[in-house]
Order: sequence, then structure tokens, then C-alpha cells
Amino acid sequence: MADQPLLTADDVHLSFGETRALQGASLHVYGGEVLALMGPSGSGKSTLLHCLAGILTPESGSIRYGDRDMATMSDSDRSTLRRGEFGFVFQFGQLVPELTCQENVALPLRLAGAGRREAHRQAASWLDRLEVPDVAAKRPGQVSGGQGQRVAVARALVTRPKVIFADEPTGALDSLNGELVMKLFIAAAKETGAAVVLVTHEPRVAAYSDREAVVRDGRVREQEPAR
Amino acid sequence: MSVSFALLGLLESGPRHGYDLKRSYDEAFGRDRALHYGQVYSTMARLLKNGLVEVESEPGDGPDRKRYAITDAGITDVAEWISRPEQPEPYLQSTLYTKVVLALMTGRDATEVLDTQRAEHLRLMRALTKRKNDGDLADELICDHALFHLEADLRWLELTAARLDRLAAQVRP
Amino acid sequence: MIRGPRRWLFELGLGARMSVAGGRAGWFRLGLIAIGVGLGVAVLLGAATVPAAIAASNARTDARAIDNFDEDVVKGDDTLLVSRTGTTFGDYAFSGEMLQAEGSRPPLPPGVTRFPGPGEMVVSPELDRLMREPGNALLRERWDAEVIGVIGDEGLSGPAELFFYLGTDTLSAEDGDPRIEGFGDATIEQDVVPIFVLLTLVGMVVLLIPVMVFMASAVRFGDQSRDRRLAALRLVGADAAMTRRIAAGETLAGAVVGLLIGGLLWVGEILLANRYGTGALSFYLSDLRPVPLLVAVIVVGVPVVAVLVTLSAMRRVVVEPLGVTRMSVTVRRRLWWRLILPLVGLGLLWPLYQGIDGRSDYEAQVVAGMAFLLVGISLLLPWLVEAVVRRLGGGSPAWELAVRRLQFDSGTAVRSVSGIAVSVAGVLAMQGIVTGIESLYNGSGSASAVRYGMEILPGTDLPERTWTAALDSTPGVLEYQTVRMVRAGDDATLRIGSCPVLQQFARLGECRDGDVFALDGAAPGATYTLGESGSSWTSPATTRVVDSKSDVPASGATVLVTPSAISGVAVKPDNTYFYVALDPGAPQAVEHLRNTAVGLDLQAYVFSYANSTVRDALAGMRDALLVGSIALLFLIGASMIVNVAEQLRERRKVLAVLVAFGTRRRTLSGSVLYQVAIPVALGMILAVSVGTLLATILMVAVDAPLTVDWFGIGTTSAIAAIVVLGTTAAGLPALWRLTRPGNLRSE
Ligand SMILES: Nc1ncnc2c1ncn2[C@@H]1O[C@H](COP(=O)(O)OP(=O)(O)O)[C@@H](O)[C@H]1O
Ligand SMILES: [Mg+2]
Repeated sequence: MADQPLLTADDVHLSFGETRALQGASLHVYGGEVLALMGPSGSGKSTLLHCLAGILTPESGSIRYGDRDMATMSDSDRSTLRRGEFGFVFQFGQLVPELTCQENVALPLRLAGAGRREAHRQAASWLDRLEVPDVAAKRPGQVSGGQGQRVAVARALVTRPKVIFADEPTGALDSLNGELVMKLFIAAAKETGAAVVLVTHEPRVAAYSDREAVVRDGRVREQEPAR
Repeated sequence: MSVSFALLGLLESGPRHGYDLKRSYDEAFGRDRALHYGQVYSTMARLLKNGLVEVESEPGDGPDRKRYAITDAGITDVAEWISRPEQPEPYLQSTLYTKVVLALMTGRDATEVLDTQRAEHLRLMRALTKRKNDGDLADELICDHALFHLEADLRWLELTAARLDRLAAQVRP
Repeated sequence: MIRGPRRWLFELGLGARMSVAGGRAGWFRLGLIAIGVGLGVAVLLGAATVPAAIAASNARTDARAIDNFDEDVVKGDDTLLVSRTGTTFGDYAFSGEMLQAEGSRPPLPPGVTRFPGPGEMVVSPELDRLMREPGNALLRERWDAEVIGVIGDEGLSGPAELFFYLGTDTLSAEDGDPRIEGFGDATIEQDVVPIFVLLTLVGMVVLLIPVMVFMASAVRFGDQSRDRRLAALRLVGADAAMTRRIAAGETLAGAVVGLLIGGLLWVGEILLANRYGTGALSFYLSDLRPVPLLVAVIVVGVPVVAVLVTLSAMRRVVVEPLGVTRMSVTVRRRLWWRLILPLVGLGLLWPLYQGIDGRSDYEAQVVAGMAFLLVGISLLLPWLVEAVVRRLGGGSPAWELAVRRLQFDSGTAVRSVSGIAVSVAGVLAMQGIVTGIESLYNGSGSASAVRYGMEILPGTDLPERTWTAALDSTPGVLEYQTVRMVRAGDDATLRIGSCPVLQQFARLGECRDGDVFALDGAAPGATYTLGESGSSWTSPATTRVVDSKSDVPASGATVLVTPSAISGVAVKPDNTYFYVALDPGAPQAVEHLRNTAVGLDLQAYVFSYANSTVRDALAGMRDALLVGSIALLFLIGASMIVNVAEQLRERRKVLAVLVAFGTRRRTLSGSVLYQVAIPVALGMILAVSVGTLLATILMVAVDAPLTVDWFGIGTTSAIAAIVVLGTTAAGLPALWRLTRPGNLRSE
């Protein structure tokens, strides 16, 4: 594991009106590791994830990606960063319903400017890798929840991002499907060397992580990286 | 094992008679298994021998007259025990519960206790998950069994963590 | 448990309550439905009012009519000599009757209490007002008569009519002026030009059909959210009939409020019509009562149709509640039945290709044909969009997102657009025919300036010298020419005049005194018997055949003759016309000329080349139609904004995820733009094709030259583009709002 963290949150504060979602959260994400963010619901896990991904801007504190400070980046720079270096998996309802699964997977590549043909070829190989080649031509409405999440994982991985943010990726699945998704997800992430920030409240999902951090009342108790 | 630490921990709030100790213990931990009086004395005798408690005798005699007090070594021992994660195993709750309550009673960080335990559980779960994913179906089934139990523990840890405030109010009137 | 009708009422009420249960969005949607229905109802009520108003107005003009007179009526104490007269002043046209009592008890026209003697007149209130206006001295001088009274309401077609009765002593039965015993003998049908009947009917169809299409789409505003609500009800156990009744309740709420709004708008309409109506569209308030039967049809029909439209649109929810919640794919649209209506329409219109001359029963057919074709557009469009979109391939991600979205569900988008398509097709058809008729009335020649802008056609046989003397002393007259018309046999006319004025009738090229020109079928060397004089004249072999420049279609062969060419022959002209050039710097010159003409001869007709009433009427019609359609287009634009906003709201999670992935805003807004633009573009293509086809058929029917209405196509396309851009722009704030990270939370 690299010594320098890839992504660092330092004393981050963020409120939604009265609700103080984050009150001094600090966290380090190292390259290639799988970090589980645990904690009770409403503790600020998702908010922290969004801050780390540059979707939300903290009120105070800093988020650094490598040697860049996200707070000073423009919205379009952060979008570019997310397009190129980050991937996302959410709980459900994240696939564009009118695109086929293959097109959904190809979408991030297309957004980054890749040609249609090449994007679709890579999308197909990722669907293969996640063992759902037969849903390629189907729309999200026509596949099961587990298949849909695997498509979502494929979509997150297709750009070979440095960090994948997964917010309760198995939250809407039964345990068998959840395990399958996690197994394929983490294996693929390890293979590409992507770090994974995994928000979950399910211990068996968290067991796929290398390390965990607990969010409580907007603060993080982070486990030291092993060794 | 945990009984002796529990009794020791109870002494941290002040010296007590053997009978008081039994009552306190039963109140805090002995929901379904009250402590035998004899067990208190045998445990105290062992702790005394190990130098973890000392006896302050009051005037008069008879076993009832003995008041036990915790020694510095005893306090260190309790602290060490509370902060040491338990080996994750099924039916751990009673020990963990004892630790959490003791931590609350003695003003130690109960969240820390839970977090440490969670880390320990997760460590084992990671190992089991890895073994499961690398192994054959038999491995998978066996590991899953263990994982489900550990998960139950962990869920209990989560819930307890969420209710620490209420629990604290109860054990520290 | 409640049963039967009460239960139904409960369910209808539940639907009505649900329609506003969505908070602001629910009210907004109900409001839009109500406004959409209301606008439609207002137009329909207006259409139902027009026939009644015209009938009331016609009844009054019939009561004063003198169309039918009996040659056997003998002069008596109670007889009158009458003659129709009229003039224009500025932009106003007046008509009137000259009255000459033959005894002491002349009949009084309706609304007149005192018979005007010579030098007296009775005028309509509006004409009275005009005559009193300080700037209108020339109008007051025109008849040189004293106004002794005002015509009452019962003697006028409407409050704004410009009408008068002028007392006179110049009429004589021997000269053919009619003698009557009373008013109200109307048997001669109003001489309506078939083209105008056609235009009016077509105009109605063109305006009403898009309104109805719009209403049909209005009741489906925002029906996706309703579908979801109903599907949810269905999933928890509502049966199909119950679901339908709840949906019907929702729609009924909107339709009923719409009826009320429509009623209010209609009151506004008639107040405006009463206040601002002019000419043939001027009515008394008491005239403006809609035909009761039509009102009943509207009041009952609109809610019923609204409910039927809703129910037919609900098949999917009822049959496939899961499909709605899971957004599965719809069935493909079929073409064949959508073709029936337009084909029937074409079939009905086809006979018109032979022209409508000599036919009297074509109106119903034309109207039905047009209606079928226009409604057919709204049926064909969904199929067309689906078929085209299915074949559209990849492109930029924005394009692909939009195309996929349309492939997935084009129905919502198309419904709004079909209103646009139908009205554009209608406008083009209408504009096409108007342009065609315009060019018919507006021959190429008169586009260039005419030397003699005014033409006087005398109505009595005054000596030529009387006229020339009067013209010489009329201020503002630069020069004038005399043209003598001589009828030669049944179907030929000689026009004798100098070169400059003959130039006005045809492209003569070089012209010297002594030249002769033939046009409209006349041939060199033909011999003509000249009118009553009986002498004959043969056109010389040097006669040149030339092209007519006349605005008015010719009525037989015409020979243009310069005076020297016929000097040897005794000519007694049937008519002598005067062609007058006025000083362009003297703005009142026209009115002075009219005063001169009226002073000499009340029945003289003064024609101005500069001011063609037909052309003005047509242009007015076209403008009105264009304005109506533009208003409709913007209305439809508003409904499209609602659809876009609703669709975005429904997809907020996906949008937020796309933004998380780093999707540029440009990509998202581009996809919204394409999503609106593709159906509109297809709708415009269909509309332009059908509209132009219709225009062609109609132009052929009225024998107008074929033209393509590029102006109309340009205007409507530009407006369509504006609607697309406006809709997209209006949807962007919603897009930005909905792509905030808050929407990433899983609820
Ligand atoms: N967009 C938002 N608007 C208002 N409150 C929010 C918003 N997002 C999160 N919150 C609040 O912030 C707190 C943390 O939320 P979140 O990060 O989603 O928690 P978690 O993911 O750990 O369940 C919660 O109290 C939640 O209600
Ligand atoms: Mg969350």
C-alpha cells in the first residue's frame, strides 16, 4: 500500500440548513485499497462520499486528491476529474432507463469522448467480466436488481478509474446477490488497481474491505492502514 | 473469566463488602444468572492472591466484615481487559455487554470498546470472506455460518453503539 | 361498504382530490388542463355564436332589403323610387339607398322615423359619429345633405355599420330605377363568391381542429405522474373499472374548471366583438347568443370527450401496472389505421382538382376532407416519429440520450407537437390559397405603379363635358383620360382611348395614335358591329396581339383602339370611363375626387387601383390566421415546457447520477434540446408537406396559379424553432435544480 494517501479529507464541515452532516470529518484513502465507510444511517457517510468525490464542496476543511485541492477547482474541472478518474455505484435507480445495459456501460467512455464502436466493445467485455453478458441488449427495466447492480459496477469500472465510490451498492439486494456483486466488484477493482470507497452498513459487505472507517455524528474514526 | 474482571471493575467505584459485590453484580450483569455467594468469595480469594485487590478489615470478624478494595495493579488489569478486543466467537454478548457496562460505569470510552471490537470482528470476517471466496463449496458453507454469526454480533455492536446514551443513563443513575 | 352510484361518486371524487394532491405540481397540472380546455371551449363557443349572430344580423338587413321589386307596381301615394349607392372615405366604405317619395305616404325603412326629403339624409350612428369628427369635413360635404335623423338598431346589421338613406329627386322610373311599395322584400340571395365561402369554412377548420387536438393533448398534460399514481393504486388492489373511474374523476375536474374558464373567456370575446367589431363582424350584444344546441353539445361533449381521451390513454396502466412502474417498453405503433383518415380526406378533396366552378355542394366535402387530412396528421405523426426515431443511430452522447429517450417513449412529446403540426399545416393551406387568390386579384401588371390611379365609372348618362369640367376644377387632379367603351356584338368590347391610358390595360410596347391592339382572344382583321349605332368597323391587319394587364378576369375579347384608328366611324359609346391621375402630394385628393363624383352622379363608381378591398380582406384573413396560429404555437410551447419539466423531475435520480459521473451540463441540456427538436422537426416536415399539398389542391380548385408559400413556411418554421429553443431554455432551470447532489440520496 502506498505511503501517500490518494485522497484526503481534512477536518471537513458541511451542513444542510440546520442539519450538521459533517462536523470535522477527516479521512485518508490510499491507492488500490478498499475502504469501508460504516456507521449508523444519517451519520453523514453519503455526504462524506460526495465531498470526497467533489460533488459537494465542504464549508470548511479541505479535500485533496493527490496534490490538488478540490475546493479550489472549478466545477467543470471537478466534472472532468470525475469523468476521468472516478467511478460511481449507487444503491439503485442509477442506470439510464431508456439506454440498453451495454449503452449504459459505454456511456462514461462516450462522455469522455471515446468513439461509439470502441466504447461498446469495452462495455461488452466488462459485462462479460461481471458475468452478465446476456443483458447487453436489454434495458435496465428488464433485468433483475442484481444484474442491474453488476451493470452499474461495470459502468463504474469501464473508464478504469483511480477511485470508485460505492454508496450502499448492495443495499437493495438480497444477501446472495449482494455477495455475488461484491465478490465480482472487489475482484475487478483489485484487478484494475482502483481504490474503492465503500459505504455500507452491512458487515458482510464491509468484510470485502481492507480497512474500515466509522462515521458517527459527522466525524470519522478511522482505522490505521494495516502494516 | 469475565466474572472476575466484572467484580474487579465494580470495585473501582469504591471498596465493598462481598455481599454488596454480589448484589451489584446481579443488578448490572446477572439478568438470568445470579452469582452464587460462594463464587464471589472464591473469585475474591484468587484476586487477593494475585494482588489485584486488598482487604480492608473492619472491626469484628466473620466473612461479612471483609471489605475489598481494588489495587493499582487491579485497575490496570481492568483497563487492559476492557480495551482488549475479544476473540470473535459466537455468544460473545455477555462478555461484551459486561465490558460496555463496566466502561460506562467507570467512565471509560464505551464507544472505543465497541469500535475496537468491531475492528476485530471485521478482521476475522475478512479472513473468512477471503477463505470462502478462494475455497470450495464446503468452505463457503462453513465460512458463511461463521460469518452470519459474526454479522449478528456486529449488528448488536452497532445497535449498542447507537444506544450507548440510554444505557449510560441507566447504569450511572 | 358503499355500493353502486355512491361508490362511483366516491371514486370520481377521489380522482378529483388526487389531481390536486400533488401539492403545487398537482394544482399546476390541473390549471394547465383547465386553461387548455378553457381556451378550446372559448373558441368552440365563439364558433357556436357566429352563426346565430350572423343570422340575427341578416334578419335585420333582410327587413330593409329592396332586392325584389315588381315592375307592375304603379306609381301611387305610397310608392318610392330607390337606388343603391355607396362610396368610400379613407379606409371606410359606406353603402346607402337613395330614396325618392312619389306621394305623401312613402313607406319608411326599418329604424327610420322621418322620411328624408331631397337634400336630407338619415344615417347610422357610426356614420353620424364619423361625420361629426372635426377632420372629416370632406365627408360632410360629400352628399351635400342635411342629416335629419339616425337609423335605429332594428334597421342596421350591427352597431358599427356605415349606412345611410339619402333623400333625392333625381331618380326616374323611366331610367330603370326600381319602384317599391315597402321594404323587406329579400329574395335575392347574397351574392357570395364561392372562394370566400370556401375560405371562411377552411379558416374555421384550420382554427378549430388544432384547438381540438390541443384540447385532447391538454387533458393528458402531466399524465405520467398520474399514471404512476394509478399504477400504484392498481398494485394495491384497485380493479380496472375503479382505476378508470378515478382517472375519469381527475380529468373531469380539469374539464369542468375548463368549461368555466371557457365560458368566462367567451364573455370576454363577445364584449370585444361588440366593442371592436367592424364591417360584417359588427354585432349588437343581443345578437351574440350562441346556438343553444351547440352550447349543449359543447357543455356535455367536452367533458365526455376529455374522459374518453383519458380512458383510451390509460390502457397501459390498467393492463400493465407493473410496466408503468418498471418503465418497460411499449408496443409498436401500427400504420394502417392511421392512414385511413388522411386517405379518406384526400379522396374527398380529389374532385376539387377539377375545379369548383358550377358546383354548389362542394363545401361540406371540402370541409370534411380538410378536417380528415388535418386530424390525420395528428394520427400519422406519432407513427412517423416512432418510425424515424427507431432508425436514428448514434451520434454524440447528448443525441444518443435524446434518441433513446424518444425511442423509449415518444408519445408525450408527440402529443404536444401534433397540435403544432396540425395548425401549421392548416395555416399553410390557408396561406397558400390566400396567396393564390391574391395573385389572381393582383395581376403582375399592377405591381408596377399605375399612371392613372383612379377610375370613375359613371352611373348616369351625363354629358362627357360635364365630367371633364368638374374634373378640371377638382383640386389634386393632375391629369385624366377618357376611355369610351363600345360593345361589339355579344362578347367583344372596344376601348377607345389615348396611348397612355391604353398602356394601363395591356403591355403595348410602342404605341402611337392610330395603333390598334387585340387582347383576350380578339384577332386582327375582325369586323365588329358597334353597339346601338349599328355601324361596323374592321380592325386593321396591323393590329398587334398583346397581353392583358387587367386585375379583373376578362369578359370576352377586347380591342384597344387609339382615336385616329377609328376616326372615320360614327361611335356612340355605351359607357365613358374616366381615368384620373392624382397629385401624390395632396393626400385629400382622393376624397375631393369622390366628392366631385358624388356631386355629379350619386351612382357613379369610383375605383382606386391603390386600394384593393379584396386584397385587403384576404391579407386581413391571413394575418388573423397567422396571429391565431402563433398564439396557439406559444400555448403549445407552454404545454411542452410542462412535459419537459415533468419528465426531468421523474428522472432526477438518473440525472444526478449522470452529473456524478462528470457528465457536462452541455450534454444534458443538449439532450433536452434534441428531445424537443426532433419531434417538432418531424412534425414540421409532415405539416409542411400536407399543408402544401392541401394548398395546391385548394389553389387548383379556385383556379389560382400554383405558388409555394415560402413566407408561411419560413414564419411557422421560425416560430417552431423559437418554441423549441424557448421550451429547452425554460426546462434548463429545472434541469440545474434537479441535478443537485441532493438527488443522489436514495430515499
Ligand atoms: N440534501 C440534503 N438536504 C438536507 N439534509 C440532508 C441532505 N443530505 C443529507 N442530509 C442530512 O445530513 C445527514 C447525513 O446524511 P447522509 O450523509 O445521507 O447520511 P448517511 O449516508 O450516513 O445515511 C442526515 O441527517 C441527512 O438528513
Ligand atoms: Mg447514505
